Amino acid sequence: MTFAGIDPLILLASLMVASTPILLAALGELVVERSGVLNLGVEGMMIVGAISGLATAVETGSPWLGLGAAALAGAALALVFGFLTQTLLSNQVATGLALTLFGLGLAALMGQGYIGVKPPPLPWPDLSGIPVLGRLLDQFDAVVLISLALLAAVAVFLKRGRAGLVLRAVGENHDAAHGLGYRVVPIRMAAIAFGGACAGLGGAHLSLVRVPQWTEGMTAGAGWIALAIVVFAGWRPWGVLLGAYLFGGTTVLQLNLQAAGVAIPVEYLSMSPYLITILVLVIMSAGRGRTAIGAPASLGRIFHASR
Amino acid sequence: MKITRRALAASALALGSACGAFAAGHEPVTVGFIYVGPIGDGGWTYEHDKGRLAVEEHFGDGVRTLYQESVPEGADSERAMTQMIRQGADIIFTTSFGYMDPTINVAARFPDVKFEHATGYKRAPNVSTYSARFYEARAVLGHIAGELTESNKIGYIASFPIPEVIRGINSAYIHAKKANPDVELSVVWVYTWFDPAKEADAAKALIDQGADVLLQHTDSTAPQAAAEAAGDVYTFGQASDMPEYAPKPRVSSIIDDWAPYYIERVQAVIDGTWESTDTWDGIAPGMVRIGEISDAVPADVKAEALSLKNRLASGEYHAFTGPLNRQDGSVWLAEGETADDGTLLGMDFYVEGIVGDIPN
Repeated sequence: MTFAGIDPLILLASLMVASTPILLAALGELVVERSGVLNLGVEGMMIVGAISGLATAVETGSPWLGLGAAALAGAALALVFGFLTQTLLSNQVATGLALTLFGLGLAALMGQGYIGVKPPPLPWPDLSGIPVLGRLLDQFDAVVLISLALLAAVAVFLKRGRAGLVLRAVGENHDAAHGLGYRVVPIRMAAIAFGGACAGLGGAHLSLVRVPQWTEGMTAGAGWIALAIVVFAGWRPWGVLLGAYLFGGTTVLQLNLQAAGVAIPVEYLSMSPYLITILVLVIMSAGRGRTAIGAPASLGRIFHASR
Repeated sequence: MKITRRALAASALALGSACGAFAAGHEPVTVGFIYVGPIGDGGWTYEHDKGRLAVEEHFGDGVRTLYQESVPEGADSERAMTQMIRQGADIIFTTSFGYMDPTINVAARFPDVKFEHATGYKRAPNVSTYSARFYEARAVLGHIAGELTESNKIGYIASFPIPEVIRGINSAYIHAKKANPDVELSVVWVYTWFDPAKEADAAKALIDQGADVLLQHTDSTAPQAAAEAAGDVYTFGQASDMPEYAPKPRVSSIIDDWAPYYIERVQAVIDGTWESTDTWDGIAPGMVRIGEISDAVPADVKAEALSLKNRLASGEYHAFTGPLNRQDGSVWLAEGETADDGTLLGMDFYVEGIVGDIPN
């Protein structure tokens, strides 16, 4: 079954693959923001993850170690941000922006010897034999499944059980959470590290699977889109999935429609995700301030136990 | 990168003024470069930066170069240029089409600084333009593409609908069609010069649609990697040789060689003979080169391609020679007529046979 020469299952698969880096990055940032911290360094953590993952995969020959290294590198960079903002109480917006600049520079430096080097492929079983869904699954890679599993885990974590409740409490009112005896700073540091690991993994998906090679500046703004998606999602996990697939989907859809020779107004399709985001933000924020759009009440505020 | 760059620029500035202090009257000429992508893109910006390094090597202590990478096209580039002028730039090369109006604006404010804008068409007393006749090389690549394709489907990853890109599409198509009358060209506009993930996605979409030869007018090597992953797909290096993907998928390439031009223009500034000029050089003067045609191309095709290249270089043959019709079927060039530069510089139409519309 095809539509205008495009196989919808293949299209769905490429849409999901293309959206995976921003889905992972946005998911990590969601947890960070739900704990009340705004980390604008997503782009920097992604690109450091991209080069760390590629370099490790090339040096060790194992793409799995590459993914692990990418997550660790992202988390390490995030902890620098965490130390600055949680311990030294620096401004989160400025620190996050600095983290992005630092990450881009660090990645360019680390990548000097890896331009044009091809990483070992991530193994994936041949699933094309499975009826119908085989065509879809065959296009996937391990990171796509990891991203979906992580999404489900985060959704369950935030919604059910004590730990998620504590994290949300810290994000909504850190003074009250502190008063109840929860340790705000360690909880936030854990969330920040998780966010960094997710962003790093997203970057590694770009350099190990989707492109697959190292090119300076290869994230090309994906981290900023991830930040926008968290707002678009109203700080809800399944909204992040919707937002990421919408963004990734429109891009892939319009490229495929063009390749198939369907006459479409490219310029409108290219801008549509951004228009939709603005529209959703306007609708969600109409009237009732930022709590109405679901922003955690302590988002971006500095916490100090003495106050 | 930015932090290091600023630090470098600051120290360069400090060094420059220090030198100026004890070597009065012998100030090095300061040459600035504004880049649209990172210098490690492996394509367009990489080649411009090679030109910058060639200037440094040629003049040694006689010049000081500054550069800024990944400068967005549009108003923000004015800030980047102004900043360079504050750091003492005597001549600035703005190396992307989208810097055209910003260059003109800044040039009007700083009449003593010389500007060189790549690939544009607006000039001023202190603004020159320069570009390369990439379409000559596209003709050669188009010929090879037409010969190589077995699915008769060639994919073309295009950046922005500007005359330079449209010329390339037309030139490639005309010569692919001459080599293989059944050829179809499928163009995907990605609206970016540099976004490896998007370029890779576009390449995959074209391959999914059956294209087995890809041409690109974007700056990264991502489409080459996508083609390699897909298997039997041929590609061409863009702006730079991209040899790491040879002999296959990359079977040849368009190489931009800016170094001689940059050296010549900086020399003119040093000599005080700089004037606003318009340069549009092709294969003959060496501004455009064809990268090594790899062994994945059959020997007879390679020979034909090289002969086409030589005829283009000698001026014996023009890449746009009639009879050629516009897409709507109206006559553009009569038998034997060749296109004039004015039409080429403002080209906003496809030639007959290309399917689809050019976005506005």
